[in-house]
Amino acid sequence: MSTADLIFWFFGGLIPLSAMAFFLARGKALTAENSQRLHSRPGFYGLYAVIWLALPALAVSLLASIAHMFHLFSVPPIMLLTSALALGGAGLWFALGQVKADFRARQSVEKVMRGLIFTAATISILTTVGIVLSVIFESIRFFQVIPIWDFITGTQWQPDTAFLIGAGRADESVAPPLFGSLPIFAGTFMITLIAMLVAVPIGLFAAIYMSEYASHNARGRIKPMLEILAGIPTVVYGFFAAITISPLVVDAAHAFGLEADYTNALAPGLIMGVMIIPFISSLSDDVIRAVPQSLRDGSLALGTTKAETIRHIVLPAAFPGIVSAFLLAVSRAIGETMIVVMAAGLRPNMTANPLEGMTTVTVKIVEALTGDQEFDSAFTLSAFALGLVLLLITLALNIVSTIIVRKFRQRYE
Amino acid sequence: MNKVKKTAPSTNFMSGTSNPRQKQRERADARFRWYGLAALGLAFAFLIFFFIDIIGQALPAFHQTEVKVTVNYAEAVKSNYNKAVEHKLRRVVSRAWLRTLPRYLAAHPDLVGTSRDEWVPADSRVDQYIKQHDGHGLKTKYQHIVDAMQKENRVRQVFNSGFFNSGDSKLPENAGILAAAVGSVFTLLLTMLVAVPIGVMTAIYLEEFAADNHLTRLIEVNINNLAAIPSILYGLLGLAIFINFMGVPRSSALAGGLTLALMTLPIIIIATRAALRSVPESIRDAAYGLGASSLQVVWHHVLPLAMPGILTGSIIGLAQAMGETAPLIIVGMMAYIPEPPTSILDATTVLPAQVYTWSTESLRGYGERTAAGILVLLTVLLSLNAIAVKLRNRAQQEW
Amino acid sequence: MDTELKNKITIRDLKLWYGDFEALHGIDLDIYSGKVTAFIGPSGCGKSTFLRVLNRMNDRIPSCRVQGEVLLDGHNIYDAQIDVVQLRTHIGMVFQKPNPFPKSIYENIAYAPRIHGLVKDTQEMDELVENSLRKASIWDEVKDKLQQPGTALSGGQQQRLCIARTIAVQPDVILMDEPCSALDPIATAKIEELMDELKSDYTIVIVTHNMQQAARVSDYTAYFYLGDLIEHGDTHTIFTSPVNQKTEDYITGRFG
Repeated sequence: MSTADLIFWFFGGLIPLSAMAFFLARGKALTAENSQRLHSRPGFYGLYAVIWLALPALAVSLLASIAHMFHLFSVPPIMLLTSALALGGAGLWFALGQVKADFRARQSVEKVMRGLIFTAATISILTTVGIVLSVIFESIRFFQVIPIWDFITGTQWQPDTAFLIGAGRADESVAPPLFGSLPIFAGTFMITLIAMLVAVPIGLFAAIYMSEYASHNARGRIKPMLEILAGIPTVVYGFFAAITISPLVVDAAHAFGLEADYTNALAPGLIMGVMIIPFISSLSDDVIRAVPQSLRDGSLALGTTKAETIRHIVLPAAFPGIVSAFLLAVSRAIGETMIVVMAAGLRPNMTANPLEGMTTVTVKIVEALTGDQEFDSAFTLSAFALGLVLLLITLALNIVSTIIVRKFRQRYE
Repeated sequence: MNKVKKTAPSTNFMSGTSNPRQKQRERADARFRWYGLAALGLAFAFLIFFFIDIIGQALPAFHQTEVKVTVNYAEAVKSNYNKAVEHKLRRVVSRAWLRTLPRYLAAHPDLVGTSRDEWVPADSRVDQYIKQHDGHGLKTKYQHIVDAMQKENRVRQVFNSGFFNSGDSKLPENAGILAAAVGSVFTLLLTMLVAVPIGVMTAIYLEEFAADNHLTRLIEVNINNLAAIPSILYGLLGLAIFINFMGVPRSSALAGGLTLALMTLPIIIIATRAALRSVPESIRDAAYGLGASSLQVVWHHVLPLAMPGILTGSIIGLAQAMGETAPLIIVGMMAYIPEPPTSILDATTVLPAQVYTWSTESLRGYGERTAAGILVLLTVLLSLNAIAVKLRNRAQQEW
Repeated sequence: MDTELKNKITIRDLKLWYGDFEALHGIDLDIYSGKVTAFIGPSGCGKSTFLRVLNRMNDRIPSCRVQGEVLLDGHNIYDAQIDVVQLRTHIGMVFQKPNPFPKSIYENIAYAPRIHGLVKDTQEMDELVENSLRKASIWDEVKDKLQQPGTALSGGQQQRLCIARTIAVQPDVILMDEPCSALDPIATAKIEELMDELKSDYTIVIVTHNMQQAARVSDYTAYFYLGDLIEHGDTHTIFTSPVNQKTEDYITGRFG
């Protein structure tokens, strides 16, 4: 019996049984209601029975799968299936016995439902823990092979011979692999910088126009149009950057007598900037509109022009919010993957020339994990080390931006 | 500072001003407004250029070249399909079509020994040559043959239905999006089945039940952070936890769907919380006052009223998950999948991943298919977003 | 008239805290069966808070803590064994702002009887809806539009719909938290008239900041000030010869 079959039979059995339990217990409660008044509505006795049927069955199978995952012990599927359903049956029998006038079925059902809701709420925490653990554990394995200092300060990324270490065939005749991440971060920084140079002025001025100049109706039309930019999948931007923009950049460079690679940093940077415009514009629009009207009135009453009011009063007041939008956008740009995977290069390159090909953290993560190397190889594990750094950077940016925004809100609310 | 010079405006504010300083300020004012318009203009110009470019690249893919050749249904074709057409035409017709011939013959034994003229799909290079695309890769020898056939009206273009009803292929003329589309449906169904209930329950917990304590605040901060974590890190989570630790099959819709579900969770939670918060407190008071329990208050009153907002958030989350590629590549969903999956444990690919794999192919025929795949993806996504915007506007009107 | 007074609710030494702030300082009060009791006092004096103590609506505020006894027909409603949900079917509540559910008029009334299982079939439900609307003197105005949304009614009608909704649960006590503060004078007069009719069947407790209203509708009045119950007694006595100087200052309009 395969896992798929097991899952099929488990739920295929549980769902009709639950329905049966519900109607059985509710029916019993309905009959009882003819002679006496029950504490809860009959439906709750039905739900109570469903809970007593399903919870034990689910608990048993959960236990078995956890045990299986940790290789503690393994239960034959048939046995697991029968024992889970048998336990559920016992639960149902117990629940049916509880259909009594003074039994508070509603309160019991609600207690379980509250528990369920709380469990759901903890899943978001488990997700974070999962992300942190998955990058940390594999990173530790990586740093056992490659000294952390070399990783942070090294300027050479040449992992080609890493698989030999994994295969235990490393000897003096081959050059040791080098995992210096500086050129990779330099590439990320360059492309992020280009993106921000595009996104910040356009996004900010678009926000100013929307919040200060456009009529309510115009704003209602402009904003969704701008948000189309954020709704375009990154793989589409990547294709566009690689197929359409890169050749344009190369041609343009030629026109100025410059040499440009087809995997130049400019094309993905520009397109990433376009993608980020709605982030900046939407968040800035919100903070600019949160600046109290009284500040504008006060300024206009002194005879300043609208532009002066915006520049001298509104923007400084909204500045913290704009900074926080900027930080969020930076974190978005650093973590962006598909645009750079498709349009930037694979070769780590430490240069200040955006027309040369360079690579980024996310490109290297994808490269390391889509190759055919063993999972244990240092090359594969390097993805998790890079992921760890990426996680730390984006978390830091997000936390700082949250703090700034909270300060801003406190000032005006 | 005791001599404040009084300037002109007080006397001529009705008739405009001739004060040069004032004029300069007015020009600066106009310029500032113009910057804003220019920014918006640039963004929209990009959008227009982008769509024209993508549509221009995609449109040719919806037509497929066919050639009229004499098909020779000889007995020998069953063992060597190349014998079905004249030697010089072997590179002109689609090899994908040639390959189907032995099975076709086996199914239609009455055809054996006959020959007839038929319209059959052309090779991708011929297709690209006919469409006059650079880099079509068709050798000069074959160009002449095709030119000659064209003069005899033995070349035509028909609607490319194969693009919608076949899966991926190593031959561009045979590659379609069906397998990826079915994979997307499987994956996203799973994503929504996991993310929507958990997301809505989390939001209900935070808005309706949570006490104001450290745990609640931790969950709140944590959700905001999750929303900002790059999607590729969810891929690392999927690979390390779901695949390596839990043993979920690599490349499966299950692995991809669960990964996307965790990624979509914060979007749904944040939207649902906003929707729940917009339900007036007086409704809750009324229901509690009548003796409804807290869950009845939520289930009977708050959730139905918050439903438009929850739907909007879910659709936006769905659209985001649908266009997501990076985490799926990490969990192996860029495999070569010619047949639609039949279970969530089968190796599967999704639309954006298909677009990505095609974009890495060097053959020119894949280029237009990439663009066409993008066009299909964009159409679905923009429709989803339009529905979300409509729903949001209607929800706002109600309150 | 005072010969057969029966306690419906008996409150003994009730204290209430919001976090560290003590909002009520040991209240002792008897609420008599079949009478209208009015709580008056300046804003922030704790009268609304105290009203919400009586059907445990305060439970919804996490920082709120209650100590003391509230006996409904001799049972302490703060007893751990009490099911709050059932308690609220005995003590109904009408709120300051009319808050009908955004559903049909019929559904507004039918909701609570349905979740509490008070009727057997649709015919019984129809009767209950009609009776409740009649008792709340709104039947004639809405009988032809029962399927229209309750939110489309005027403010005064909405408030009477809310009263009808409360009556449908067949409570013993109806708590009213400034039920007329959002209404115009004509709608207010109708609600006051209604209260007079209802008191034959129900014990009514009303919080009001309008002293004329208290004088008009209530049999007993309790005056609250800064979390203390200053004076309680027969409305006529309180308004004509209050014992406490603070009460007199308030009702003669010297402050508040």
